[in-house]
Amino acid sequence: MSIREFAESGADLELVGIQKRFPGFTAIEELDLTIPAGSFFALLGPSGCGKTTTLRLVAGLEEPTAGRILIGGKDVTDTKAHQRPVNTVFQSYALFPHMSIIDNVSFGLKRRRIGDAEAKAHEALKLVELDHLAQRRPAQLSGGQQQRVALARAIVNRPALLLLDEPLGALDLKLRRQMQLELKTIQEEVGLTFLHVTHDQEEAMTMADTVAVMNKGAIEQMGAPEELYELPRTAFVANFLGKSNLFTGDVVGTTDTAMTVDAGGHRITVPTARSQRHQGLVTVGVRPEKVTLHAEQPEEVAGRNLLGPGRVIDVSFAGVSTEYIVAVPGVGTISVFAQNMTFGPVAHEGSEVWLSWDVEHGFGLSDEPDESSRFPADADTQSIAVQRREALITELEGS
Amino acid sequence: MAFAAFATTEAQPQVTRRKSPIALFLLLPGILYLVLFFLTPLISLILTSLQAPSEFGDIGVYDYAFNWQNYVTVIQDYWPHILRSFGYALLATVFALLFSYPIAYFIGVKARRRPLLQSLLLVLVIAPFFISFLLRTLAWKQILSDESLIITSLKAIGLLGPDAYFAGTPFAVVFGLTYNFIPFMTLPLYTTLERLDTRYLEAGSDLYANSFTVFRKVTIPLSMPGIVAGTLLTFIPAAGDYVNASRDFLGGPDTQMMGNVIEANFLVLLNYPAAAALSIILMAAILVLVGVYVKRSGTEDLL
Repeated sequence: MSIREFAESGADLELVGIQKRFPGFTAIEELDLTIPAGSFFALLGPSGCGKTTTLRLVAGLEEPTAGRILIGGKDVTDTKAHQRPVNTVFQSYALFPHMSIIDNVSFGLKRRRIGDAEAKAHEALKLVELDHLAQRRPAQLSGGQQQRVALARAIVNRPALLLLDEPLGALDLKLRRQMQLELKTIQEEVGLTFLHVTHDQEEAMTMADTVAVMNKGAIEQMGAPEELYELPRTAFVANFLGKSNLFTGDVVGTTDTAMTVDAGGHRITVPTARSQRHQGLVTVGVRPEKVTLHAEQPEEVAGRNLLGPGRVIDVSFAGVSTEYIVAVPGVGTISVFAQNMTFGPVAHEGSEVWLSWDVEHGFGLSDEPDESSRFPADADTQSIAVQRREALITELEGS
Repeated sequence: MAFAAFATTEAQPQVTRRKSPIALFLLLPGILYLVLFFLTPLISLILTSLQAPSEFGDIGVYDYAFNWQNYVTVIQDYWPHILRSFGYALLATVFALLFSYPIAYFIGVKARRRPLLQSLLLVLVIAPFFISFLLRTLAWKQILSDESLIITSLKAIGLLGPDAYFAGTPFAVVFGLTYNFIPFMTLPLYTTLERLDTRYLEAGSDLYANSFTVFRKVTIPLSMPGIVAGTLLTFIPAAGDYVNASRDFLGGPDTQMMGNVIEANFLVLLNYPAAAALSIILMAAILVLVGVYVKRSGTEDLL
């Protein structure tokens, strides 16, 4: 795979036993990862989890402390950045401010002495619908336009592997949706391998074929977006990828199909096959949108978990759905997402409700619940707000 | 739309008019200063440059006239000095740039993560300013003199021929100019390189440019404001300098620059019109050269 020619198709990326230490901290503990050619792979994680470092290692902007990097089966660990068949769309775009848009886009082609650089650059600009701005300078473009130029500058080189470092972070929601679609279309059209680094779980899930959730320099769980969402294996994944209601308790009964956990006096059943651990103290959970709110006590039905009565302590309207926070004695607060099928909320703050969900929707986590950090600090501002309010409520009620 | 357009065009001048008296008031000391200390001497200099010798006067007595031939005479008499001035200044500027760029790059980019080293190196760059410029130049005169320890030892080990000398040579003058003006080059270069966003360099290497190409295509263009400022701050004073080229310091009879000629005409020959005409020529030539240079370097986008 020479730098002088275009990649025919995407290449596999293999990271073998990668470790990266910086003076004072370890960014990546131990990372083994294989990304098949032509796939759209997302590395998802909070800031500081090592995802950007991983990307920089692949791009050749950092050297791994240990381990090998293989692109298309070829070891590139010791290859300099400018000799790797890889291009990056940087988080800050990093468009050269002293060059016109067309010079920016044709920069890589000219360095590789590929003929007709200007014409190819114009084609790439047409793909992102910015050819009419070819003579402008980056500073004269809006953030979204700059982002598209950065994308054109990378894909015009037809790299075997395209690295995207949170390229959509600076865009507003509408533009971001539009760019997500465009990126996905481009990836399918040109068949390149995309490695996308992001902290936006929604972005990762809508765009990628495979998502790897990274935490503290290691991959926690990897799989198709639906799989990760429906069956998280750790509390970190359960909370980072959407929201989860988690309950910790002792296993009180296990059959081939179902496992029952006693959480604060409430019996919660999850399918055995969807649980990672089957004895002792375990954490099980359910997604908020799977939980149904009942204004009156429903009858116990086989195959459904029932919790209650609880009290609605917060109702927040979010357009398509309404989030209810319900405090159930013994298990803490439970979040419920209910589709807004009728006008107005179905339950009001302070009203008494029951909760139920299909046993099939539950999942059991692999975390050791007795670990000190069994529920890692949730950095989500909304949940912090809820926690604050809870603390305030208990304080007010106590006095 | 039309109404909106009217509204904005009418509103804007009002805003500026309301602000202008204060702005003018604030500018007043500066304007007064310039009129008093720049415009007045300049006009006086132009008038002097056109004076003719007094018919019945002593040596050094001149009358106001419109004797433009003064300019022709000084150009005829001193064109080698004029060319030499700009030649030496150009050489000194190029050498200063070649020396300063790596230093400034190291301090501004490589030492960015170590503020202590950075400040230490900056102090070293400006440390020579703590000693008088004349003393330092005299020190170099001693170092470069024929009997100095360095020259004799270089001769002894055969690195220099037995007849080699530096005192009074163009080399010594350009060396002195380079040495004396290097901080003026290094500091502006440092300030631009310190702000250089290394992400552009990474983007360059990501786009298949090797380190030399990244330097040529990205680093240099992005540091142009510093290069322009540094070369101007070096070239302009170097072209008018009369200390380094003077026979009392590093120069000899064949290294006289315009500054030395102006000095001689004013203070020794008492030919004030010639000295004034030379000063005007020096100033005009620098203005033209600098104007062309700034326009050609195309730094408008970066400033």
